[in-house]
Amino acid sequence: MEELLEILEDLHPEIDFETTENLITDGILDSLDIVTLVSEISENFDIAVSAKYITPANFNSAQAIYEMIETIQAEG
Amino acid sequence: MTRNVIDYLNRIVNICPDKTAYSDGSVSLTFRQVYDQSRALASFLAGKGIYKKPVVIYMQKSPAEVAAFFGTVTAGDYYVPVDDTMPFEKIRMILDNVKSPLILCDEKTIGDARAQGLDKEAQVLLYSDTLDTPVDQEALSDIRGKALDTDPIYIVFTSGSTGTPKGVCACHRSVIDYLEVLTDVLKIDENTVFGSQTPLFVDACLKELYPTLMFGATTYLIPRYLFATPVPLVEYMNRYKINTVCWVVTALKMISALGALDEVRPEYLHTIAFGSEVFPLREFRKWRKACPDAEFINLYGPTEATGMTCYYRVDRDFEDGEPIPIGKPFPNREVMLFKEDMTLAGAGEEGEICIRGNALTLGYYNDPVKTREAFVQNPLNPFYPELIYKTGDIGRVNERGELVFVSRKDYQIKRNGYRIELGEVEANVEKLPEITSAVCIWDNDKNRLVLYYVGNVEERPLKKILTEKLSDYMIPNRIVRLDKIPQTPNGKIDRAGLKKLYLSKRK
Repeated sequence: MEELLEILEDLHPEIDFETTENLITDGILDSLDIVTLVSEISENFDIAVSAKYITPANFNSAQAIYEMIETIQAEG
Repeated sequence: MTRNVIDYLNRIVNICPDKTAYSDGSVSLTFRQVYDQSRALASFLAGKGIYKKPVVIYMQKSPAEVAAFFGTVTAGDYYVPVDDTMPFEKIRMILDNVKSPLILCDEKTIGDARAQGLDKEAQVLLYSDTLDTPVDQEALSDIRGKALDTDPIYIVFTSGSTGTPKGVCACHRSVIDYLEVLTDVLKIDENTVFGSQTPLFVDACLKELYPTLMFGATTYLIPRYLFATPVPLVEYMNRYKINTVCWVVTALKMISALGALDEVRPEYLHTIAFGSEVFPLREFRKWRKACPDAEFINLYGPTEATGMTCYYRVDRDFEDGEPIPIGKPFPNREVMLFKEDMTLAGAGEEGEICIRGNALTLGYYNDPVKTREAFVQNPLNPFYPELIYKTGDIGRVNERGELVFVSRKDYQIKRNGYRIELGEVEANVEKLPEITSAVCIWDNDKNRLVLYYVGNVEERPLKKILTEKLSDYMIPNRIVRLDKIPQTPNGKIDRAGLKKLYLSKRK
């Protein structure tokens, strides 16, 4: 989780990712952020995030992103 | 002959009044509702004596915002769209420039407008509060009777290298001329269902908003957040049977690069116009494979020449590394390539893309100096007044006679479809008291904006400050603090040196 928060805070230091929800639906993470985020997550966690995982539900909060990473790792 | 864009609305409301004109998926307006709302707003403005004035529309992208545009034009005024994603500082600079008597808001933006004290600069009103105004037919007929096609419709703001945005002001005649040739090339008709991607504060939205009125088509204003989630975005397009898109390349690229086209196919899409940036062939090929029967059209044009100037219907495959051409000008405008000495470039030679014709906008609003720099007398014509617009883009004509975009003359870049002057980012950073100097470089391969600075603030806190000062699309991806900015021997900023430094550290 630390590692993920670090990536997120690099993208948006103005956001408190431990409490903020609706990252996607409120437009905090935009399309360019998602492209960066997906490539950083893939690199740092050594997983492939396929398009079907990129949904508002999976990216609306740091917690949700973390759970998605765990799901993909478990499938791996 | 159409001389006023509102004539399109007046005509179509009698043909298909009950058809959906604009929708975001949850809220929709029929042509009749758009007509009624715009006439109520226009009557309100006429009643207030607001005539031939800029009216700031500060609303979220919505069908109501579109109706507010048309209401403003019906009143003989011109709209100045700003947006809830813009930093307040930018909105204030825009207000300073246009000195609008009125700011129309929606329920979300009105609180911000008041909290930021915008109500001290102009009257702040809810758009919805104007809608119960009884229609003053006499006043509206009088306004329409006096209107000329050289009167302005809108002012949209684009990046300025000194830090102050420039307001490009366009008139009915240029917009009508553009719409007629554009809809012909895109083959728009009453069955067209647009999916609008661009914000309404840029001129790119002309491509959907007005053709919808001309043909009785329908436009879905796609919610912004969907552009961060490609599969739900394509599903949304399929749900509403969207068949025509005019998007910035970044939006198309995002869908294909994240692999969404392997999961879901845009089933109804038959016309894919793209522009604003170069489409990398690797991503373009994924799209062609996913939509083999669709027509792909590359569009090119600066805001200063009203929408798009050139188009190219993709009719062949390309070698790796070969750019997709920008083709040829739409009818009734000419592209001339001028070399440094202002003579025309010969076959295969590079030159600055300059544009001639009706399409030229009126210039930069309330800024004669910048207008005169960019809109100049045609150097080939000493005989009568005739302006050309100098784009600052370098182009050449290839062996097939197609125009190709080569590069920029200056420090303007395209990011996520937005035009950005690196100087605007730098000027805004240097305004901060903590900062001594700032230089931006652009990594075109990785689409990264990198800021180097000297100052008394750490990198992360600086980024935090910048999120309040700059539009989202101007926030640098990487911020690097330096002890001093490298200089060339004759004391200029060593941009090439910085770029080398950056590339040596890039993964």
